[in-house]
Amino acid sequence: MDNISTEQFVAILKEAREAKDWTSTFEMIPYFSFLGMRLDTENDRFVSILPGDNKFIGNPVLPALHGGVIGAFLESAAMVHLFATQDVTRVPKIINITVEYLRSAKPIETYAEAIITKPGRRVANLRVEAWQGDRNKPVAAAHANFLVS
Amino acid sequence: MSNAFDINQIQNIIDTGIPHCSEIGIKVHDMDAGGVIFSLPYDARFAGNPMNGILHGGIITTLIDTAAGMCIYTRLQKYLPIATLDLRIDYLKPATPGEEVFAHASCYKITKQIAFTRAIAYHTDPEDPIANSVGTFMLKSSETKPLDRVSGKGGR
Repeated sequence: MDNISTEQFVAILKEAREAKDWTSTFEMIPYFSFLGMRLDTENDRFVSILPGDNKFIGNPVLPALHGGVIGAFLESAAMVHLFATQDVTRVPKIINITVEYLRSAKPIETYAEAIITKPGRRVANLRVEAWQGDRNKPVAAAHANFLVS
Repeated sequence: MSNAFDINQIQNIIDTGIPHCSEIGIKVHDMDAGGVIFSLPYDARFAGNPMNGILHGGIITTLIDTAAGMCIYTRLQKYLPIATLDLRIDYLKPATPGEEVFAHASCYKITKQIAFTRAIAYHTDPEDPIANSVGTFMLKSSETKPLDRVSGKGGR
C-alpha cells in the first residue's frame, strides 16, 4: 500500500464533509476498510455502522463479538465523529480509551454514536455508545481522549 | 511452578475456536503462572493512519483484550466462561509500522466473580511499552441471569 500525503488526506476529508459521502474516507483508512465501516449521516447525526461478520466473533458458543472489535469500533466511531464535525487537518492520535462492556454483543450489525464532551484545541474528549437492536440498550460505551493538533 | 499449559494446544484453541483471533493472526508465545505473552504480526490491513501506516489503536485493544482475558486462566488453572467488563488502555507511543507487537498480560487479583488484569504492549522491550492497560473481567459470565430476569417472588 502506498502512503498518501497529508494534503491528499485533508482534501479527501473536506470533499467527504461537503458531499456528505464518507465512502472515500473509509476506503482511505485500511483498518476502517477491514472493519467494513460505514457512516449514516441522516438528520445531521453521525451514526457509524459495523456490519455483522463472522470474522469478528470472539466467543463462538454464545456467539458474541470479540471485545477487542467492539473497543476498536468505538474508537473508530469517535475518530469518524471528529472527522465529520471538526476541522481536522491530521489523523487524531488516540491518547487513551476506557471501554465498558455492558451486554454481550451478537455478531450482527452494530451502531455507534459519539458526542464530544470537550472539543479542546489540543485534546478532544469523547463519549461513545454502541448498540444493536435497541438504541436504549447499549452493548458498550467508551470515553476516549484524542490528540488533535 | 512448571508450565501447566501446552502452548500448541492453546494456539489451536485460538486458531480454531476464536474466529477473530485467527483472522488477525494472534500467536501465543508463553503462558504460565506469571501471565501470558501473545503477539500480533504487522499487517497493512490494520493501519489506522494512511499517511504513515501506523497501526490503529483498536487492533492493539484487540491484542490486549485477548491476552488479558486468557491470562485469567493462568490464575484459575481451569476453564470458566469469562467476559470483559471494563478495559482501559493508555497509548504511550505509536507502534512502529512493519514491526510485530507483543502483549504481556497478568492477572493480579481474582475474586469469586471478578478478575483484575494488567497488560502492556511492546515491540522488543517491555520497558519501552506502546500501551499500558488495566482490565476487569466477569467470571462465569454466561451462566448468570441478569437481575431483571429474576422473579421478585423469591425466585432464583
